[in-house]
Amino acid sequence: MQLLQLKELSKNYLTKKQVICALKNINISINENEFIVLVGPSGCGKSTILSIIGDLEKKSGGKIEFNKKNIKVGYMFQEDALLPWLNVLDNCMLGLKIQKRVTEENKNYVKSLLKKYGLESFEKSYPKELSGGMRQRVALIRTLATKPDILLLDEPFSALDYQTRITVSDDVFKIIKEEEKTAILVTHDISEAISMADKVVVLSNRPSIVKKIYDIKMDKKGLPSENRKNEKFNFYYKQIWKDLDHYEN
Amino acid sequence: MKTNDEHKKYLKKIRLNSAKVIFFQIIIFVLFITLWQILSDKGIINSFLCSSPKKVINTIISLWKSNDLFTHIWITLKEILISFGLGTIIGILFAAFLWWSPFASKVLDPYLTIINSLPKVSLGPIIIIWAGANQNSIILMALLISVISTIISVYVGFKQTNKINIRLLQSFKANKFQIFTKVVLPSNINTIISSLKINLSMTFVGVIMGELLVSKQGLGYLINYGSQVFNTSLVITGVVLLGILTSVLYFLILFIEKKLKKEW
Repeated sequence: MQLLQLKELSKNYLTKKQVICALKNINISINENEFIVLVGPSGCGKSTILSIIGDLEKKSGGKIEFNKKNIKVGYMFQEDALLPWLNVLDNCMLGLKIQKRVTEENKNYVKSLLKKYGLESFEKSYPKELSGGMRQRVALIRTLATKPDILLLDEPFSALDYQTRITVSDDVFKIIKEEEKTAILVTHDISEAISMADKVVVLSNRPSIVKKIYDIKMDKKGLPSENRKNEKFNFYYKQIWKDLDHYEN
Repeated sequence: MKTNDEHKKYLKKIRLNSAKVIFFQIIIFVLFITLWQILSDKGIINSFLCSSPKKVINTIISLWKSNDLFTHIWITLKEILISFGLGTIIGILFAAFLWWSPFASKVLDPYLTIINSLPKVSLGPIIIIWAGANQNSIILMALLISVISTIISVYVGFKQTNKINIRLLQSFKANKFQIFTKVVLPSNINTIISSLKINLSMTFVGVIMGELLVSKQGLGYLINYGSQVFNTSLVITGVVLLGILTSVLYFLILFIEKKLKKEW
């Protein structure tokens, strides 16, 4: 079922000297429980799309149509953005606290998530005591705590080293699939995109348009780290590389 | 066993080193005091102009006997605590207001800069005319000196709050008040404490300046009175007491800092 649709979305950044057209006529439709990845050259405005869906920035034109009322959005950033003075549990409860939805039920939900994803014994720990991968998991649980209908992931692994990145991608992917969430992930890493996505949207340089959309079809699709070894992986990689390369010049 | 020995040696070395530092700190103090005493005893320096450690101690004892010692200290301490407290509260509230309204902060920016660089002591005479020749003038003077620097340093801290953390709260649809109390204020605890330290020394300057101008009691008065009757022992006693008072308050803030920082 379709969850949301971007229609002719455009965004201009205004400065004193000029008008910078970041997005131009972006059309994407997103189905429920789908994992969409947006790739594109850096600075092309892929993060802007998330900011607009998440209502952190205003659009210049076009429409965003949700097929449900009061849709809730959860955001995950490049950095984990954990508050260093709160322990893991309090960090996870932050969104609920702000929205004044701290109930016994919600608290138990957060605790069950922490337990399920191996952070139970760290409830009372502070962020600085955790590894980068664990921090990113806490950040995801904090986002899931508010029970969002759609997750917006803005290059959430770019601050991690390569190995952690692979394991955390697996973790995050697993959590998102198990909790049956819809997700839009932004990245400039083609391998990451192919290994995680149901659908890859390739964006062009600024002003950004949708260059191509790939349905990633693999036999025996599994965790991202397994998909990287899939025989179809290289095929998609070459295709997308070509799309991006073409537009760089 | 061997590594254990190595560690013991290392710890011993650290302890020895810090003992050395303290030893020399004490030596410098003792040397200074004895040299001062000997030079004035031998008449090499004029003890009428430069006083001597013994004279200072005698002055303190006689002040204590006439029940004046703690009266003077208390008066000054009270003025400092009132202006320090007011300066901190007003400073933080005003900084919060500037953070709240970028428009107001832009409008007020040149005024804050001018008031900050203006030597507030020059306003002393007019303050005395407005607030009267009493404690109010002293407190006002100290407040004026400390509050502007508090406003500026705390506001700069507020403005430099991690943008990602603010965006995170915005993504939860937090309002401005929630962003302030949940992120901006707690992440600036260290900024606020370091501004307290500066604020404290500013307040001392303000209070003593005020006391020199108008007071009838207090350490500033003691210093001023001493110089008028050419009693240098009294002047130096006032300075010494002031030094002790500053250190006590400063260490109090360091203690609070340690307590607060421990939490995370």
